[in-house]
Amino acid sequence: MRLVLEKRAEASTRMAYLSPIIAIALTLITGGIIFALRGLNPFTALYVFFVEPLTTSWSIEQLIVKATPLAMIGAGLAVSCLANVWNIGAEGQLTAGAILGSAIPVFFPDFQSPMTLVLMLSLGVIGGMAYGAIPAFLKNRFGTNEILTSLMLVYVIQLVLDWLVRGPWRDPKGYNFPKTIAFSDWQMLPQFKLIPDSIGPIYINLGAIFAVIAVIALAFMMGRTLKGFELRVQGVAPRAGRFAGFSRERTVWFCFLLSGGLAGLAGICEVMSTVGQLQPGISPGYGFTAIIVAFLGRLNPVGALLAAFALAISYLGGESAQVALGISDKTARVFQGILLFYILACDSLILYRLKFLRSTPKLAEGGA
Amino acid sequence: MNDQLLSVILTIITAATPLLLAAIGELVVERSGVLNLGVEGMMAVGAVSGFGAALMTGNPYVGVLAALVAGAALSLLFGFLTLTMVSNQVATGLALALLGLGISGLMGESFVGQPGVHLERLHIPGLSEIPILGPILFGQDFLVYLSLAIIALVSFVLFRTKAGLIIRAVGDSHQSAHALGYSVIGVRYLCVMFGGACSGLAGGYLSLAYTPQWVENMTAGRGWIALALVVFSSWLPWRILAGAYLFGTITVMGFSLQAYGIGIPSQLLSSLPYVVTILVLVLISRNRALMRANTPACLGQPFVPDR
Repeated sequence: MRLVLEKRAEASTRMAYLSPIIAIALTLITGGIIFALRGLNPFTALYVFFVEPLTTSWSIEQLIVKATPLAMIGAGLAVSCLANVWNIGAEGQLTAGAILGSAIPVFFPDFQSPMTLVLMLSLGVIGGMAYGAIPAFLKNRFGTNEILTSLMLVYVIQLVLDWLVRGPWRDPKGYNFPKTIAFSDWQMLPQFKLIPDSIGPIYINLGAIFAVIAVIALAFMMGRTLKGFELRVQGVAPRAGRFAGFSRERTVWFCFLLSGGLAGLAGICEVMSTVGQLQPGISPGYGFTAIIVAFLGRLNPVGALLAAFALAISYLGGESAQVALGISDKTARVFQGILLFYILACDSLILYRLKFLRSTPKLAEGGA
Repeated sequence: MNDQLLSVILTIITAATPLLLAAIGELVVERSGVLNLGVEGMMAVGAVSGFGAALMTGNPYVGVLAALVAGAALSLLFGFLTLTMVSNQVATGLALALLGLGISGLMGESFVGQPGVHLERLHIPGLSEIPILGPILFGQDFLVYLSLAIIALVSFVLFRTKAGLIIRAVGDSHQSAHALGYSVIGVRYLCVMFGGACSGLAGGYLSLAYTPQWVENMTAGRGWIALALVVFSSWLPWRILAGAYLFGTITVMGFSLQAYGIGIPSQLLSSLPYVVTILVLVLISRNRALMRANTPACLGQPFVPDR
């Protein structure tokens, strides 16, 4: 018995839609088995992990909070990955954006006007773009592998953040805790009521709106503009792209600035909402999880938005499972990793068909 | 002064060995045409498995074995996806890195804060007592010697044996190797597993010899630095040795400068290895002729035999 792949005559459209769903289903089954092995009722555990986060208005609010950065970064990474540009350092660009944007409240704590908000957000985007520009520049100028450089830069900027909040940017009245002063008023994102009190108030912040705008804009760009076509061609058929006169260098720049800028925006939005100040550990690995988001969304910006919710559930579920069942919150990261494996395996089934061979075919016996 | 010099040299060796082990394994994987970016994840799982096994049995050598097996087992998962299911190697490697870090965090939860089992340095009476040279040449733990032996072995096998020729053929032109009747997928599976085993060992070295304890994310990007070392070596085994010891020296320099209390913030010194990795990658990649000549031609390309 051997398992082999057989190329389909044409890509299966049915599998293209089914593959993320199959992947999620397989992850749930695997999760159930893991829970059962740890002596838990798999159905209760899965309920706590994946359904409970959807049951209260508070948890839905939290879901949106967590899905916001994931969708923002994931949509940018989806576009990059589709164009075959591998930005693995979104976590670093997120941190860079958070740092640069936070410079305003750190240096001008009393500067309070709507301009504060605009300036902080702009600096966040610029920070992410600037940090994403480094691997793009090195790739174009020297041919350096962008995967490794963008990833190394994550470690560097996290150490810089650590140094800033323990050293020069530390809140002098903060009892030596490694954090900057707490942001207030215009240094924080405004909140809006999404659903009225009668149903159960659900608030969202400005970041969620940015995420939706980014997703729609990118979906429009990919589907309706020449730029989107250019990016898609370079991903599917780089040679054809060269003949069409599409510049590879410009694509690398574009993808890194786009995904870096969005990561930076996600970073500054995090510190301006959930965190409320600059401190180490502003993100539970959103930049890395966004890679899973991009792939689960089949490298499509709208898909990334849906996928962001799926992964936000896993973050929230991890927290509630820790409280309710005493399962480690690290379980969520394992599920996220397993999910990406299943997506990648299922994606192969779009182009190939699985076939079991009973044994290697033998040559016909030569007759005498 | 001598004691100080000695301790610095010994620390350099311990800092270099995990990079060496992980990088030489990945070199073989890449020579066979497969790019496995999951080194960091395999190292992390190797580290936690090695630590756990050594803690339970009290025997560090059992830990080393467990680390090796865990690394190889995880690489098999990568092999199944990229070789049998022909998934995208870059994405699958990233998935492996994320999954490995997640699994190691989960597995290691009960180990946090526990005193580990230390992989002892060897002691050869007489030889190890020679001043300076004795401890350096004859007083290391056995993984240090093993890592050097693996380099020699890989160099010999790749360039002096038929098996090595087949591996390089598979990596440089999988169609031709297939046409000659070699099992491209089979060779790649073996190489991927070798790489996984080496990454596992590298992780085991971290949690058994480098700092005998378990801390989450204790691999601290070494898996990625090992990947950069393979590029640095331009896929030649002995250059891995030079690269790993260069990086070991840089890491230790960071620590020593910190100890001397020079006015540079410790975080910036800690970022030194990552910055140097980027610089080294830039310097190597600038030489495009060298890169083109040595990069395995089929690196990262999926192979589906025609039937």
